[in-house]
Amino acid sequence: MSLSYVRTEMLPPAEPPISERGAIRWMRANLFSGPFNSILTLLAAYVLYQLVSLAWPWLANGVWSDANSMSDCRAIVTASAGPDASGACWAMIRERWHQFIFGFYPPDLWWRPILTFGLLFVALAPVLYADNKRAMSRLCGVVGILTVLSLIGADGFSYHTVLAILLFAGLTAIAAIQPRRLLIVTLLFPFFALWMLWGGSIWGPITALLGFVVLVVVYGLVAPKLGAVMGASTGFLAACLWWLFLQTYISTAWQALLPFGLTYVPSDKFGGFLLAFVIGVASISISLPLGILLALGRRSDMLLVKTLSVGFIEFVRGVPLITMLFVASLLLQYFLPPQTKFDLILRVVILVTLFSAAYNAEVVRGGLAALPRGQYEAADALGLDYWQAQRLIIMPQALKISIPGIVSTFIGLFKDTTLVSFVGLADPLRGITTIVRADINWKGIYWEPYIFVGGIFFIVCFGMSRYSMYLENKLKTDHR
Amino acid sequence: MAEPAIDRSKMQISDEVAIQITNMDKWYGTFHVLRDINMTVNKGERIVICGPSGSGKSTLIRCINRLEEHQKGQIIVDGTELTSDLKNIDKVRSEVGMVFQHFNLFPHLTILENLTLAPIWVRKVPKREAEETAMYFLNKVKIPEQAHKFPGQLSGGQQQRVAIARSLCMKPRIMLFDEPTSALDPEMIKEVLDTMISLAEEGMTMLCVTHEMGFAQAVANRVIFMDQGQIVEQNEPREFFNNPQSERTKLFLSQILGH
Repeated sequence: MSLSYVRTEMLPPAEPPISERGAIRWMRANLFSGPFNSILTLLAAYVLYQLVSLAWPWLANGVWSDANSMSDCRAIVTASAGPDASGACWAMIRERWHQFIFGFYPPDLWWRPILTFGLLFVALAPVLYADNKRAMSRLCGVVGILTVLSLIGADGFSYHTVLAILLFAGLTAIAAIQPRRLLIVTLLFPFFALWMLWGGSIWGPITALLGFVVLVVVYGLVAPKLGAVMGASTGFLAACLWWLFLQTYISTAWQALLPFGLTYVPSDKFGGFLLAFVIGVASISISLPLGILLALGRRSDMLLVKTLSVGFIEFVRGVPLITMLFVASLLLQYFLPPQTKFDLILRVVILVTLFSAAYNAEVVRGGLAALPRGQYEAADALGLDYWQAQRLIIMPQALKISIPGIVSTFIGLFKDTTLVSFVGLADPLRGITTIVRADINWKGIYWEPYIFVGGIFFIVCFGMSRYSMYLENKLKTDHR
Repeated sequence: MAEPAIDRSKMQISDEVAIQITNMDKWYGTFHVLRDINMTVNKGERIVICGPSGSGKSTLIRCINRLEEHQKGQIIVDGTELTSDLKNIDKVRSEVGMVFQHFNLFPHLTILENLTLAPIWVRKVPKREAEETAMYFLNKVKIPEQAHKFPGQLSGGQQQRVAIARSLCMKPRIMLFDEPTSALDPEMIKEVLDTMISLAEEGMTMLCVTHEMGFAQAVANRVIFMDQGQIVEQNEPREFFNNPQSERTKLFLSQILGH
């Protein structure tokens, strides 16, 4: 026998044998791989069957229309499925959906929150999809169509509808041609939303916006001489002074000069998902940058900055959110100049923001800690200064690592908005549901409103979670 | 090891001083890492620093661009003294390039973006021009075809060559190498050393912490041996390897050249 051997032709790949593919193999591998696994599978199947057989008649006998009270529902169920049958009474949702969505917002003004909600997605598009033109224009287009349909549904075809059609057509065009321009919409959106939702004089939001102009101008004057940190803090101080002392006078003066505005809607008319979204979106968008700054502060070499950051984070994380909400509703007024009239929703937003900023700070700090020291050293060695290194090298990587944690905080925050019911705001879960159940017509209704509200919360939170997975996939560049 | 053919025509050492270190001391907490370092590097010098691990050689070159802070003495790089003044530090760092053992490329940026980042943000070079420079240096390290890949897709040797090109894009006057081949597979060491040799041929001032004694013999004009935070011996390579003076050097050389 000779040792030497040379292969003359290579073998082509062959199909695996039948036992290695198909449904039978999958079941054997995943459901019945051993006696213990088989017992668990059968047990799970039994529990599932029990649950479905319990819930199915209730769902199948559900009443959607032709009922205006709980007793109507019962009568219909009895007529169709017999005296002992149970059935869901969705008719309540049909009759009261608007309270779950808008709270007590005047029906003839519903177009305002609808339009604002649509524009929210346009404002988010450049943040969510960066330079992806196709995704952005598709999002703008789809949201535009949905918004216009909702507007027609809410108050027929009126000038609002025409306005929305023109607005969304224009924005979709911008998204398709120059997606970066949409960032202007993103920057202006908070002020626009403020004005749209609460109404009142247009000079209010414009002068509020001018506060930021003050910040930028002061920063531009101070930063070249005293450095970025001093520039930012003096700018912020100047802006605060503007907002607290000057803004009211100037906006009143302009309103007297050039009166223009929308019908004012006070905060106690807000409720349902409108309220949840106002608090959720505002807090989410402010708490992330604030959390990043806190995380950097906590890792800072400057003792004062570090101590303040650690103190803030640990204090806020140690206190229940409900305590913070009570602070917002009862205590915060005492710390502000006496003439400032501070809206309850605004106060709640501030406290919820601070609350989730502390959590975000810790999540981001985790991401920062995961970066190898070499990244900092390489950035230093190339001559990048601290803020450049943070912005270009450190944060893009640290935030990428932190995406799951950050999105978890956001999801948690959005669900926590329901806790505002404790300070008397009409959140969708407890506030509105209690109101509906107090109605003599709907007395005794129990599962339906909670399922409806829970379902909407699930859709929103699941959407955030899916987006975070998309983002993680898109940013995957390590090719490990 | 066969001596590579080296073009020595541009390897001129000028009288001009590039780095001047006088009576420099450094502590990590209470541990005295660098003790009374005195060293002058002229423009065009190619210095190899060697020594056992923990001898302070990496710390020494990391002091030169202030990745580590020294506590006593003076370091003057290209006429600028390193103090806690941030302006001076940034000035020195933009003149001194550094190559790390673990490459430290930015994994979230493409190769081209890795190369253009510092020129654009620190030197304020227009993007177009920065990209041209980047491609020039990528050609030089012989991997222009990788420009649009991410660092994770490259082999170790390629990554290290990118790291060298990244430093060169800042047009530094001095290059520091901190064990540039220690994390590489044997077959990739040569491609990185070749890149470093061609850099030396162009007259770059280089300080190199390395265990590649073949490289030291071929390229360096001076070898510095460090132990316990001190410079124990320095000499031109032929003398250093053939006729070491101190016992410590002899032991070290016998250990690394032994087999």
